[in-house]
Amino acid sequence: MKDIIKENTKLAPSFFDSKESIDGDIATINFGPSHPATHGIFQNVLRVDGEKILSSEQTVGYIHRAFEKLAERRPYNQITPITDRLNYCSSPINNMGWHMTVEKLIGAEIPKRVEYMRVIIMELARIADHLICNSVVGVDTGALTSFFYPFNQREKIYELYEEVCGARLTTNIGRIGGFERDFSPEFHAKLKTFLKTFSKEFEEFDSMLARNRIFMDRTKGAGPISAERALEYSFSGPNLRAAGVDYDIRVMKPYSSYEDFDFIIPVGVNGDTYDRFMVRQEEIRQSLHIINQAYKNLPEGSYKGDVPDFYLPAKEDVYNNMEALIYHFKIVMGETEIPAGEIYHSVEGGNGELGYYLISDGGRTPYRLQFRRPCFIYYQAYPEMITGSTISDAVLTMSSMNIIAGELDA
Amino acid sequence: MDTALIIEKFVLVVILFLISLGIAAYSTYFERKLAAWIQDRVGPDRAGPFGILQPIADGVKMFLKEDFTPQNSDKWLFIIGPGIAMFTALITSAIIPWGPDITLFGRTMSLQVTDFNVGVLYIFGVVSIGVYGIMIGGWASNNKYSLFGAIRASSQMISYELAMGISLITIVLMSGSLSLTDIVNKQHGMDWNIWYQPISFLVFFICSLAETNRAPFDLPECESELIGGYHTEYSSMKLGLFLFSEYVAMFVSSALMAILFFGGYNFPGMDAFSGNLLALLCVVAFFAKIFFFIFVIMWIRWTIPRFRFDQLMHLGWKTLIPIAIINMLITGLVIAFNQGWF
Repeated sequence: MKDIIKENTKLAPSFFDSKESIDGDIATINFGPSHPATHGIFQNVLRVDGEKILSSEQTVGYIHRAFEKLAERRPYNQITPITDRLNYCSSPINNMGWHMTVEKLIGAEIPKRVEYMRVIIMELARIADHLICNSVVGVDTGALTSFFYPFNQREKIYELYEEVCGARLTTNIGRIGGFERDFSPEFHAKLKTFLKTFSKEFEEFDSMLARNRIFMDRTKGAGPISAERALEYSFSGPNLRAAGVDYDIRVMKPYSSYEDFDFIIPVGVNGDTYDRFMVRQEEIRQSLHIINQAYKNLPEGSYKGDVPDFYLPAKEDVYNNMEALIYHFKIVMGETEIPAGEIYHSVEGGNGELGYYLISDGGRTPYRLQFRRPCFIYYQAYPEMITGSTISDAVLTMSSMNIIAGELDA
Repeated sequence: MDTALIIEKFVLVVILFLISLGIAAYSTYFERKLAAWIQDRVGPDRAGPFGILQPIADGVKMFLKEDFTPQNSDKWLFIIGPGIAMFTALITSAIIPWGPDITLFGRTMSLQVTDFNVGVLYIFGVVSIGVYGIMIGGWASNNKYSLFGAIRASSQMISYELAMGISLITIVLMSGSLSLTDIVNKQHGMDWNIWYQPISFLVFFICSLAETNRAPFDLPECESELIGGYHTEYSSMKLGLFLFSEYVAMFVSSALMAILFFGGYNFPGMDAFSGNLLALLCVVAFFAKIFFFIFVIMWIRWTIPRFRFDQLMHLGWKTLIPIAIINMLITGLVIAFNQGWF
């Protein structure tokens, strides 16, 4: 390597301009911002000795869109579409987390049916998110076929979203106080088929990778993190559970009636890529189990709560009912009354604890809103996790942590 | 040397050239269709019925693209790289016996460009030169990812050539000749080498996957880490030559596997035929074997993940080479015993 680099310096002196890389075996590689391994726009500047990473430096903010600042200028209803664009692999969870935060602030009573409907949608979103993450781990080990199998399933989940809200990726699903409409008969039919067929096709994907010798050799020991370090970085979600800590918001601080359901929190041992992969695989099975329970026990009742301040009244009422007309006007003009207060609500997002820290001064928009974005936290630990490993492992670590640029940069 | 022989060989060379390129071109189509089939997709279906004109469309596209040479690259080496890769991939087929002799226009013709008496060594020599194409190409691009790809490719090929060579010695020992024609003729009918040397075949098969840079050993062009590997900076037909040479190499190594272990053009029940009909059937049988191996190689690519570089080296040096050496020693001992040395 040394000789080749020395020869090559004759070609382009500007290329290896640092003294270090000419003297020794150390090269600097720009991994990203646009690189097939970075799913999204990240930059990693790696100092490498051959294939071994000596140190790395990360840049965040390539797609920073100032969501938190934007939210300070928007009425509460209009913040939901912003949350779509955080972790766009599981946007329904972000939407509903925000709805629940506002409901918590105004102290709204939400019918049981809405909570169960939310659980169904959120668990579908979790399945979609984990499927993408795990199939991308497959791609980064070179198994492209295992990328396409889960996408058939994800497509079915997206069709289910479409039946509920009409959108697929940036869903903007539900409303503050409930849903804009009840589940349609098509949704019921499609969900039933999904619940029947998903398991079989998912196990097919699982059988391609989970016990594949090459895949296991590649992922075991790649990008490990200990439970202590993970907790110090305040990891959460599947990445923390892979390190062996059974922390799950759905159980620790149940929201949306999660206490009604029976499910297992899978934990890993080493916190490496294989454990993260396996934890996500098991979580998909558990999510399916939760959906089955929620759908079986779906209570009768209304699909919306009584929050006239936020829930747009039906058009018929607006024309025939004075109060409805007033609320319609206030909601559309963004002039609803909000109690002043400071509140934190968190949900178990696709890849960790997605928190909403909201300060309201009683005005039409939040005084301050902060998203606790798990990807941002994982990315802090990324340099530590890849130092000393190879470039191949760094790619796997990145994809198995499911770092999504939209959520990282907000 | 008479003129007729020169014409005969010239025609054969041109036919071989066209067949190699044609099979390489249609391997790309077949690979894409197979991948689509495995991955539950449709695959190319726009150019012609079932997309069978796709390779031609791709070729035209390759020629019409802008031929870009990076500013700081070494221009001549940058051009020579893909040339060497393509050249070495094509000249390997010169010593492959495609079938028994045929009689046309009152002449007995051999379906082999030349019966080189050290054919096996020739193949190894040519394949080794093939590494230079990738190395020079990757190095001349003056791109760190290309350099990584080139380094990976050269160290991988050198490592796996050892195990490949050692596994081949068993075949040479059994046949008593380095000529590919002799090796094929020894395996008359169903008396193929695979029945005697399955371990040798396994080692050879794994090594030829590595030699042709196919999955799970496609690290030199591993797209998730090195973007395009050694051909990151290449465009237009120079890229096309690299990709083509890979498919030609796959075709040739499939042919070699068929010759060395699966009887080449021999097939069971071949004694019932004679003359040109036999030759024709032999060629068909040979190509059937080649296509089977091409299919298996593609099937592997779309099924399993790839190794990490240290694991690849580990497999080559610590697993395959010892197995090949032990296998060679045992074969040698058995042959010596049979000849009454002890």
